Amino acid sequence: MKDSSVKKVLHQLRPYRLLLIAAVLCALVSVSLTLLVPVLVGRAIDHIIGKGEVGFGDVARILGYIGAAVAGVTICQWLMTYLVNSISCKTVRDLRRQVFRKLNTVPLSTIDTHGHGDLISRVINDVDAVGDGLTQFFLQLLSGVITIIGTLVFMLLTDWRIALAVFFLTPLSLFVAGFIGKLSARRFREQQILQGEISSFVEEYVGNQRLVKAFAYEQRSYEAFDRFNTTLLDVGFKAQYAGALANPTTRLVNAIVYAAVGIIGALTVLSGSLTVGGLSCFLTYANQYTKPFNEVTGVLTQLQTGIAAASRVFEVLELEDETPDRADAPSPARRGEVSIRDVSFSYTPDKPLIRHFSLEVPAGTRVAIVGPTGCGKTTLINLLMRFYDVDSGAVLVDGTDIRLMKRDDLRSRCGMVLQDSWLFCGTIMENLRYGNENATDEQVIAAAKAAYAHSFIRRMPKGYDSPVSEGGGNLSQGQKQLLCIARAMLTDPEIMILDEATSSIDTLTEIRVQKAFARMMKGRTGFVVAHRLSTIRESDVILVMRDGNIVEQGSHRELLRKKGFYEELYRSQFATQETARA
Amino acid sequence: MFKLRRFLKDYKKECIIGPLCKLFEAILELFVPLVMARIIDVGIKNRDAVYVWKMGGLLVLLAVLGWSSAMFTQYFASKASQGAGTKIRRELFLHINSLSHAELDALGTPSLITRITNDTNTVQQSIAMMIRLLTRAPFIIIGSLVMAMTISPRLSLIFFGAAVLIALTLYLVTSKSVPIFTKMQKKLDNIGLIARENLSGSRVIRAFSKQKAETARVDEATGELAEITLRVSRLSALLSPVTYAVTDIAIILIVWYGAVNVNIGEMQTGDIVALVSYMTQILLAMIVVANLVTLLNRTAASAKRINEVFETEPSVVEGSTETIAVDLSAPKIAFEHVCFNYSDDGDDELSDLSFSVKRGSTVGIIGSTGSGKTTLINLIPRFYDATAGCVRVDGRDVRDYSFAQLRGQIGMVPQQSILFSGSIRDNLRWQNKDAADSELIRALKTAQAWEFVSKLPRGLDSRVEQGGRNFSGGQRQRLCIARALVKLPEILILDDSFSALDLATDAALRRALKETTEGLTVLIVTQRSTTVRGADRILVLNDGTSAGYGTHDELMESCEVYREIVASQEG
Repeated sequence: MKDSSVKKVLHQLRPYRLLLIAAVLCALVSVSLTLLVPVLVGRAIDHIIGKGEVGFGDVARILGYIGAAVAGVTICQWLMTYLVNSISCKTVRDLRRQVFRKLNTVPLSTIDTHGHGDLISRVINDVDAVGDGLTQFFLQLLSGVITIIGTLVFMLLTDWRIALAVFFLTPLSLFVAGFIGKLSARRFREQQILQGEISSFVEEYVGNQRLVKAFAYEQRSYEAFDRFNTTLLDVGFKAQYAGALANPTTRLVNAIVYAAVGIIGALTVLSGSLTVGGLSCFLTYANQYTKPFNEVTGVLTQLQTGIAAASRVFEVLELEDETPDRADAPSPARRGEVSIRDVSFSYTPDKPLIRHFSLEVPAGTRVAIVGPTGCGKTTLINLLMRFYDVDSGAVLVDGTDIRLMKRDDLRSRCGMVLQDSWLFCGTIMENLRYGNENATDEQVIAAAKAAYAHSFIRRMPKGYDSPVSEGGGNLSQGQKQLLCIARAMLTDPEIMILDEATSSIDTLTEIRVQKAFARMMKGRTGFVVAHRLSTIRESDVILVMRDGNIVEQGSHRELLRKKGFYEELYRSQFATQETARA
Repeated sequence: MFKLRRFLKDYKKECIIGPLCKLFEAILELFVPLVMARIIDVGIKNRDAVYVWKMGGLLVLLAVLGWSSAMFTQYFASKASQGAGTKIRRELFLHINSLSHAELDALGTPSLITRITNDTNTVQQSIAMMIRLLTRAPFIIIGSLVMAMTISPRLSLIFFGAAVLIALTLYLVTSKSVPIFTKMQKKLDNIGLIARENLSGSRVIRAFSKQKAETARVDEATGELAEITLRVSRLSALLSPVTYAVTDIAIILIVWYGAVNVNIGEMQTGDIVALVSYMTQILLAMIVVANLVTLLNRTAASAKRINEVFETEPSVVEGSTETIAVDLSAPKIAFEHVCFNYSDDGDDELSDLSFSVKRGSTVGIIGSTGSGKTTLINLIPRFYDATAGCVRVDGRDVRDYSFAQLRGQIGMVPQQSILFSGSIRDNLRWQNKDAADSELIRALKTAQAWEFVSKLPRGLDSRVEQGGRNFSGGQRQRLCIARALVKLPEILILDDSFSALDLATDAALRRALKETTEGLTVLIVTQRSTTVRGADRILVLNDGTSAGYGTHDELMESCEVYREIVASQEG
């Protein structure tokens, strides 16, 4: 699993392999030059022996070398950082684009069943974590490892005895860091879980302060919060302290290595096989050599996060796509006929929903779908628009099985206005043009007028150029629906699908919406998920649904005569009016 | 930022000893190059192996001492920061609980949530960082400079030059990149927005076959983000190479002028080695300082946001903390020339509204959106106070009551049906934590919810997820109604609480309410004319004023607005 994620990330890097090679070369050059500098400084110091014993010529020459090396390091290091950053941010961009493309090609059932918050967090946080992991990998881990190997080589070349001492002492640092890491990792996990709990508690109780106030629940909510908070203090302290042990302890190990190098080095100098300059160089190395180890251990956790994030991103990228459209898809003449033939469907295999349902809807017919809350009225819309495929049987539009048609072709025949009116952040004009980009301003305004939206749009501060905030927050429910009607009208479909709002629209707008609905339906085949008696009565066919099944179908009058569930529903409306009078 | 220091009051000891220990460690650290210089200049020069061992042992001793004092620092830092963080969170939560609706509206709940979680965490972290680093880094820098001066005042000039240059680089790069980072965050937020829209609008996008257009939108947004990231990385990639270059050029100069000084006998070789390592230490400390400065900036911003909450005073305060005497012969609720607006410059939401509700009667409030229905009922439990006029409950001004007495007698079912995570039982016991199951079941039955609750495998113990999202809209609404009924309130306020119910359930619920709640005063806010038809009286609201108040039949006679509403819904 982990390895395959790594492989997939590497695959993503392929377009940038030249940049990558360049970055690695820069890393090699910059690290080796960095390692060379202390050697050169040591050599220079060897030419400074004491009063009157300074070889200025040699010192100058060596310092010149150092200067050149520094210049090289500076350029290569900058280039390496820049290259790595650009590779990772381009990879991040590519990944995001792929995820978004995926979201538009997976079946709707996938989107319906995945938590949106989770998917968004994969697009934003996880992709970022992959990018960070990549940057860290190349900047820290790669140069860290090169530094460690390079230092070892340099040290071995200078004096193998001290090199060995360093070599055997440093794993100690790694070991200690690893031990503390394990110790604190568990506590950090605990802390994270608790922080997550606190966050959702706060979200719930601060987010719903009004309820807390209404029920005078303040004291009890505070007590619950304080329990969390006190536990967090304990867990948080332990986590922080355990985590904070790592830094001083690794520094202790480093300091001991440094001291050891000092002692062994000085003794070696005494024995005559090492110069003072060589010792100075070793001391610098002792500092440098241990540092990457600390960094590497730090980076490893980040890398693990990156890999975990990558596997979450690839999970999305590997979601199954919708079955592709057929290349030879037929496109029958547009008439607006719908026929549903022996259709069975369910969202989950163990809960059958629609069973052997058939219905012929000639062009121009209006079908109302009624039933109590949550009886699956929207399922029919899902099937008709081919958001979901039927399990058996077939839905035919204009005489052709919709599974044979191109999706775009099918959907261009259908206009849709849903109850939760979806608008995107943009101007009113952009939103209205959503279904038909080529509509002229005049056409848009005409549609808005037809949908009774023109007058309120005109009254907005910037008219048609007024911005719509996220989710249409600056518009009322009814206004949003009017906009959606206008938007659907602009595409001029043969079939209209409407999901009436249950309530919460003010009266004036309500009347407008009704009128706009009526105007839009004229001459079109219509499917309405209906909540209003007037809409229902004016329909040609009424489908009565209950618990996901179509229990009755017929005209208003036929159904009343049947004295079945519809009659019961209908009576309950009158019953309410009668008890209301009592 | 310093206003928050009161939270550290209990941690004075930690805040003083912590940095002191760190300082001690830093002092020890400064000795290390000196000791090493002695090894070279004395031990090696005099070929004294014993001296080398002694000094080497001193190095180890310094390391261990440094380590133990560092451990103390970490301990105190963790203790003080976690303690202060916990305290800030606690007081924030308490303070938010005391705020009234007007302030909550102004601050905004999402922002309050961030303040109590992320902002507090930032402050907490930086307290620890400050205890650990604020003394050390500057001390190392100054200490190294001083040490350099004691070795060679002239050569220390190089140190000053290098330090200034490094500081300048750090300052320039960070100050230039901070605004770009802000822009970057905005671009990232934009991508989040597109993601949310693509998910919530997936049906519409497909219905209009707009996948390609959405893809183009994403390509543009991600492209912009990549570009701006590159811009900032070009800049920030400069940081480490430039500081490296400055340090190493300084080292070259030190070696050269050191050589000159050694040659004339004013310095020893070991001094050069010491100077070189001080230089490296300065560089490291400078980088720490740079990080600290950015952290402090972020902390200051967070602290400001936290203080903003503390400085917000609740506008609605209790009139009394004790139970006051009431007049039971007065109408249960009375509005007397009530005016209200949310902000001073806006139009009145309610203007000169007067009506009274008889004890035990049911009053329907109907009107279009924006007519002020919800505003009206918000004045009764004092979520807001009337700007003019007066609201009375049992003959007393609501402003005279204690919150417990006033709100305790009101059962409220808000427009949005929100439940809290826990069990159904926990949710129902909100107003009365000791309510017996029989009381809960009675409330559920009245609310027409017992039917489905009793069918759940775990009944009253069934889990409710955050917001109640594992229940359908209609079920949630009925549970919320039951919640308000458990304590047998005197006033029941139903704010458009039947919207998700089908007409049959709506009717059954109203019937049950009537039967089981003797003497209960009920206010029903709604848009459905059938819902209020059976009420004793109906208040028709239009643009914040009363357009009519009477029974259905009276209003059908006299009230134009009411007739319109009825016609639009039953036509």
